[in-house]
Amino acid sequence: MIKLTVNGRAHEVEADPETPLLWVLRDHLDKTGTKYGCGIAQCGACTVHLDGQPVRSCQTRIGDVGEGKVTTIEGVSGRVAEAVQTAWRKLDVVQCGYCQSGQIMSAIGLLTDNPKPSDSDIAGAMDGNICRCGTYQRIRAAIHEAARTLA
Amino acid sequence: MLTIGRSKAGGRAPRVSRRSFLGGAAAATGAIVIGFRLDPKGPSYAAGGPDLPAVKAMPNAFVRIASDDTVTVICKHLDMGQGNTTGLATILADELDADWATIRTEFAPADATLYNNTLMGPVQGTGGSTAIANSWFQLRKAGAAAREMLVAAAAYQWKVSVSEITVETGVVRHAASNREARFGALAASAATLPVPQEPRLKQPGEWRLIGQRVPRLDSVAKTDGSAVYSLDIRRPGQVTAVVAHPPRFGATVKSVDDKAARAVKGVLDVVTIPTGVAVIAKDTWTAMKGRDALAVTWDDAGAEARSSDAILAEYRETAKRPGLVASERGDPEAGIKGAAKVLEAEFSFPYLAHAAMEPLNATIERASDGTYDVYAGCQLQTVEQAVIAAILGVTTDKVRLHTLWAGGSFGRRATPGADYLAEAASIVKATGAKAPIHLVWTREDDMTGGYYRPTVFHKLRAGLDAKGAITGWQHVMVGKSIMIGSPFEAMIVKNGIDGTTVEGASDTPYALPAYRFEVHNAREGVPVLWWRSVGHTHTAQVMEVFIDEIAHAANVDPLAYRLALLNQAPRLSAALKLAAEKANWAERTREKGHGLGVSAHESFGSYVAMVADVSVQEASVKVNRIVAAVDVGIAVNPDIISAQVEGAVGFALSSVLRNRITLKDGVVQERNFDSYEPTRMSEMPVVEVHIVPSQAAPTGIGEPGVPVLAPAISNAIFAATGQRLRSLPLDLASLRGV
Repeated sequence: MIKLTVNGRAHEVEADPETPLLWVLRDHLDKTGTKYGCGIAQCGACTVHLDGQPVRSCQTRIGDVGEGKVTTIEGVSGRVAEAVQTAWRKLDVVQCGYCQSGQIMSAIGLLTDNPKPSDSDIAGAMDGNICRCGTYQRIRAAIHEAARTLA
Repeated sequence: MLTIGRSKAGGRAPRVSRRSFLGGAAAATGAIVIGFRLDPKGPSYAAGGPDLPAVKAMPNAFVRIASDDTVTVICKHLDMGQGNTTGLATILADELDADWATIRTEFAPADATLYNNTLMGPVQGTGGSTAIANSWFQLRKAGAAAREMLVAAAAYQWKVSVSEITVETGVVRHAASNREARFGALAASAATLPVPQEPRLKQPGEWRLIGQRVPRLDSVAKTDGSAVYSLDIRRPGQVTAVVAHPPRFGATVKSVDDKAARAVKGVLDVVTIPTGVAVIAKDTWTAMKGRDALAVTWDDAGAEARSSDAILAEYRETAKRPGLVASERGDPEAGIKGAAKVLEAEFSFPYLAHAAMEPLNATIERASDGTYDVYAGCQLQTVEQAVIAAILGVTTDKVRLHTLWAGGSFGRRATPGADYLAEAASIVKATGAKAPIHLVWTREDDMTGGYYRPTVFHKLRAGLDAKGAITGWQHVMVGKSIMIGSPFEAMIVKNGIDGTTVEGASDTPYALPAYRFEVHNAREGVPVLWWRSVGHTHTAQVMEVFIDEIAHAANVDPLAYRLALLNQAPRLSAALKLAAEKANWAERTREKGHGLGVSAHESFGSYVAMVADVSVQEASVKVNRIVAAVDVGIAVNPDIISAQVEGAVGFALSSVLRNRITLKDGVVQERNFDSYEPTRMSEMPVVEVHIVPSQAAPTGIGEPGVPVLAPAISNAIFAATGQRLRSLPLDLASLRGV
């Protein structure tokens, strides 16, 4: 049994310590808001926060999480998260929506560290998150919008 | 509760005029009202999914009004990101005068007689950018009929004339007596009334939602993790299957050593199915580990073992011979023979994977009564239901499809053979349907699994007279038909010509007096399929780049040259003029390494023009800005139209710059996003979208933004460098001296 703290709740999971956090969240804990896209850290659809920092859950082994606090899209909260989700809705960023949990988790990470990012800051922080629908223009605008509301 | 719809599918003509609709079709398609209760024992979803479409007992129902005032619009189309659920709801809600805040949506169950795509005949399906176009009158009428019934119910209760009642944002009002009621309060009594056969439809000036920005109905669920995709389905007792597919298309299983796979803790079963070997396990990760431990020997006797380079080289040879004539007028040979100048060009295009973010997957569960529930991003419900039923040995009415949000598709989920759903059904059959089967394709399975945009070769020759006018145009193309050999062959292939292969060239709007377009249907073993905008993905590049070359050879501005040849194409011309004006085409500066390129193309009844602004430095291209103008008829949701064009740019850009699926000795080389990399944030240009005002019936915008991007960029690179890149992806390494 491996102990995990997800969205503020303690869980015990019967799984190999090598198992990626992604599959434990999705298949053991039914936290399906975190998505599988590539399995090799190329697309960012699986992004969650580990102690507040965005990580690729497909490359995070549960044996390595230890006491770390995992936050998924279902549990994210606070001023920055609200600003980001509100901006995403205001600008109707989503299309298929499949990548957007990961986009939002990365954007929250960016704005937490850098409350007023430039376009190139946004490109730097968000380039690891693929959106096949090509919603990047609105993602960029929504991050600026969230930054404005946080200022 | 009030439910309304029509008892029969509407007309199948592509464009139904208002007169014929009201006069003919409406009389033949009586609407019905049936009350119903939600089934309290409906299936539960792990993450709070949609309600079970509880309309299965009711023919063709499109709207349901509940006592809590919620208005549920039943959507017969898959939403893979195009935003059509919002669009379909907008159409119905406007005629109903509903309060947008009360609108909900559900995906319809599979039922071809009730939910067919009226542009596809007796088939329920989503494709060809038809969702809004084929639903336009159907949903307006459903909304208008429901509105009249609510008014009638209020008039009866209040003992006043219907003519004295008004409806506004979900409230029915009688001003003279100062009485009002919300929809929910009237729904039950309205449901007992007869359905108006010919409800009055609004005039354009009366629309309150159509043409305005309304918030997308899926924005909240897709930003808090609660939207349910089929990969998120969790049924009680569900097990996960991952399949080892042969590395070459057409190969089969020769032998399997599954000892090591079965030894993996959590692996439950290993079964051989027609498409490979399935490992069934308690969860996804275990199933993947089990598959890694399999040792399968494949029989390559019937497999495609050539490389993609060899296939394309063969096409190049084939193009030297005459093909089937797809389109012909005048005498192009004579025109070219007497020409002052002759231009020749060749274009090649690679296989392309759709690479939607959600890899293909499905869940199938057998109920205790021997019927089946299927959970997937269903795009071609009629075919999918029939294929699954045939494999499971039941009639189609025993197979219930639950369509869920799809994490993209771009055409991939609409396979004429329902490939991945057939695979899921085969696993259910092979395992005796003991447990719900959740089939998961990994990214590698998805990318190497075929059904690609076909690889294509085009060869052109055109003659110009001394004034630069085109005297003859000869065009030969080689490619594998999508439809030949599919269940849709009889419907779409005429005299050996597959309309989805030649569209965008055989029907060119340019006034070419002497023109011939010939086609060779190639035979090879790689499964091919429509890829967002289908034939237009290559024909637009060929037509729009070659026209640009001709304009330059004629020493005429490429915009002016196009407009002169488009004198019989007013809507495309208008889009072109608008894009050029917004991009300041006339004032563009000419400097080395920077250029503007223009393109225009009609697809699926929509007209799109683009101007690309690019910078070229050494072997790299930066697309700075795209200005697009679109004519889609009446713009139901202007903001979603803009979003689709913005997205089309983001989607297609990587296919212009780098994406290709290659085969080496029959084995696909690109397996994941590292070697087949979609566009990323840092590459995304600024995209401006301008909508041409129109009162024509609405057409679609899911696809038409794609075809124009590649030629606009190609032509801009020519403007910046004087070097002509034709084939896709663009061979940027060949650029010299910039």
